[in-house]
Amino acid sequence: MLHVKNPGTRIIPGNEFEHMDREWVPSDRIIKTVCRILIPFIQIYALYVVAHGDFSPGGGFQGGVIFGSSLILMAISYNLKTLMKRVTEKFLSIFAATGVLIYVGLGVLAMIMGGRFLDYSMLAPLVPWDPGHIRALGMLGVEIGVGIAVMAVMVIIYVNIVSEGRHDEGL
Amino acid sequence: MTELLALIVAKYNFWLYIILMMIGLYAMIAKNNLMKKLVGMNIFQTAIILFYVSIGYKHGATLPIIQGDHGGHGTHGAVIHAAEYINPLPHVLMLTAIVVSVATFGVAMALCVRVYRRYQTLEEDELRIRLSEK
Amino acid sequence: MNHMPAILLLAPLSGAFFSGLAAWIKPWLSYYIALAATCLSGVAAFCVLGDVMAAGTVQYRMAGWAPPMGIELRIDPLNAMVLLLISAIAFLNLVASVSSVDREIPDRAPSFYVMYQLFVVGLLGVSATGDLFNLYVLIEITSLTSYTMIALGEEGRSHLAALNYIFIGVIGASFYLLGVGYLYITTGSLNMQDVAVILKQIPGSSSAVLTAFVLCILGVWIKMALFPLHVWLPNAYSFAPVGFARVVAPLMTKVMVYVMVRLMVTVFGLDYVFNTLHLADIVVWLGVIAILAGAFMALLQTDLRKMLTYIIVCEIGYMVGGAWLGNTLGMAGAILHILNDALMTFALFLALGNIIYIRKQVDVTNLKGLFAAMPWTMAGLVLAALSIIGVPPLCGFFSKWYLVLGAFEAGAYHFAAALIISSLVCAVLFFKVFEICFFEPMSTSHGHHDHGGAVMTEAPLSMLVPLGLVSTGIVAAGVYAGTIVNTLILPFLQ
Repeated sequence: MLHVKNPGTRIIPGNEFEHMDREWVPSDRIIKTVCRILIPFIQIYALYVVAHGDFSPGGGFQGGVIFGSSLILMAISYNLKTLMKRVTEKFLSIFAATGVLIYVGLGVLAMIMGGRFLDYSMLAPLVPWDPGHIRALGMLGVEIGVGIAVMAVMVIIYVNIVSEGRHDEGL
Repeated sequence: MTELLALIVAKYNFWLYIILMMIGLYAMIAKNNLMKKLVGMNIFQTAIILFYVSIGYKHGATLPIIQGDHGGHGTHGAVIHAAEYINPLPHVLMLTAIVVSVATFGVAMALCVRVYRRYQTLEEDELRIRLSEK
Repeated sequence: MNHMPAILLLAPLSGAFFSGLAAWIKPWLSYYIALAATCLSGVAAFCVLGDVMAAGTVQYRMAGWAPPMGIELRIDPLNAMVLLLISAIAFLNLVASVSSVDREIPDRAPSFYVMYQLFVVGLLGVSATGDLFNLYVLIEITSLTSYTMIALGEEGRSHLAALNYIFIGVIGASFYLLGVGYLYITTGSLNMQDVAVILKQIPGSSSAVLTAFVLCILGVWIKMALFPLHVWLPNAYSFAPVGFARVVAPLMTKVMVYVMVRLMVTVFGLDYVFNTLHLADIVVWLGVIAILAGAFMALLQTDLRKMLTYIIVCEIGYMVGGAWLGNTLGMAGAILHILNDALMTFALFLALGNIIYIRKQVDVTNLKGLFAAMPWTMAGLVLAALSIIGVPPLCGFFSKWYLVLGAFEAGAYHFAAALIISSLVCAVLFFKVFEICFFEPMSTSHGHHDHGGAVMTEAPLSMLVPLGLVSTGIVAAGVYAGTIVNTLILPFLQ
């Protein structure tokens, strides 16, 4: 049986996606519980992929996409408003800009220390631990920056497209 | 005929990617719905990505990951024969190309959403009618 | 260690993201960050030009890795001129945009400035880089930001224009990427100098190199809107917001012409292009058709913006035909025309922006009485129009002179004829516009209290000063055309 909220209203084209009665459609308890348990593990896996980009498939972009997909999973399994309450649009935009600024900042730091842009070997005087690994550490730093930016941008793309810019309801 | 067949079999990756590219191009040109054109664009770009990845393959070679302990120092002093590993450079280049393709798809989808909100249709012929009557 | 090439690219890049941060904290700050960033990159471009003229080619190795392993920025005289052009136009356009952006895009002005700076980074990177794949990435950065900025225009039409531009632009960039793939298969390297050296050592004529060349050039032609691949241009540039149309019309297509020249001269070599391939005649005919088609389609338009975009199509025909003529004069004329056409188009679009700011629409019916109402703007428009027609001593004359001389030397009389015909058509076009603008509207029968001289409603000073500077630039580029050719272009072509 099809329950329609207001049987008398006209269907406006473009707004056909009308939610049915919120009390009648049960939000699925199994999906919510499973996703709520899974999301932290997905995020740890994303951090693993970012950190191990040097010597196994992975890196900044891939880890960022996985992290972003964990947030999108929360939006899908609960609803968009839950996600927007936890990660506001201002938080996401600031993270996106900060990620790229970490990348550019590391490069400019290398320039200030006397090398070319992104020349990690010049960063060796700055680290208190073993300077032999400095190139790997520099690469890790820029990958972290890229991962943060990609995560924020993926979620921003999803939120804006799914809700047509309104940020109230989606899939 | 046999040499044509031998030619196709020897360079089958080129033939596959050409067919995929033409499918994408056909979708971009011939389909009416804007979302289908977008999907065609994605197929077109993916075909090029697959072509690049297939360039790096060598017969009898393994994945380009050096076995060793973490930190990347496992093979200090050992000689690495490049012929044993497939070429990782096209893979790395295509990571960037995938990012570009995703970004373009995101921008195009957002534009489709706005077009739908304005004109209430995503079909090209109806859009043309509505544009000409405004 | 000379960091100027890196500062050139890093200033707008970090400025973009600082503007993005400022948009959430203090929105009015994002404009000033953008202004400071483009000013800094302009100063850096000027320093780089000085270095190149003093010491020869400047090479900047990213991350210290030597080419061909690493990515390098390689700046020689051609590059340096284009870099200075891009940063100067971007800065002047920002100065002129302060009022028009707030009026056209009131709620999203900070995101406009973020995208604008990323667009400038993309253009500067395309001109400065010496690596083929890096060039693809930067072309795509430029294109992506221009798609989003075109869509900030009027609702509906600009979105469709941007979507059409996306479809065609993606095909173009993908063809270029495919061409780079074939070059990588053949040579194993992605650095432009390295590929040039390896290609010279390949014996005979290889079909892979031919495919690579055709695909790369085709991709670049799609991006530069050569007729008949130009269909995205008129709609995209007409429906874009004025603050963006002013910067993309002079720059984007000309930078793609620079990429074509770079591919022909540095990567594949003029010897390969003209002696091994026999495409030059066909391409010169293509240029002729582009010139005539652009000029005649411009005649058919009633909207001033569409008319100017078809003139861009015509000018691209000059440059492509001139570059493929096969002699030094033609190539020098094409390169000089990159500089001149950018200045002229920028001046035209600045004047157009002023008119739109006051009159809101630029259909031919709205243009009456402009000479009395906006004298300074119309003075700039007349100067730029005379330069496009080719009146000495303005800069447009000198690049056309080189192109005609090159055409006569190469025996391509059809190209010279097309140049002259298009000048006449442009003259007809612009004088028609001036005639409409000169006469007052005829409805002053009942307004006796405000006649006695038309009211001068000129655009604000922030929009007039860039127009004045670019007009002096047009005159200066014309007067010093010989110096520019001798110091920048001919050393590059040796």
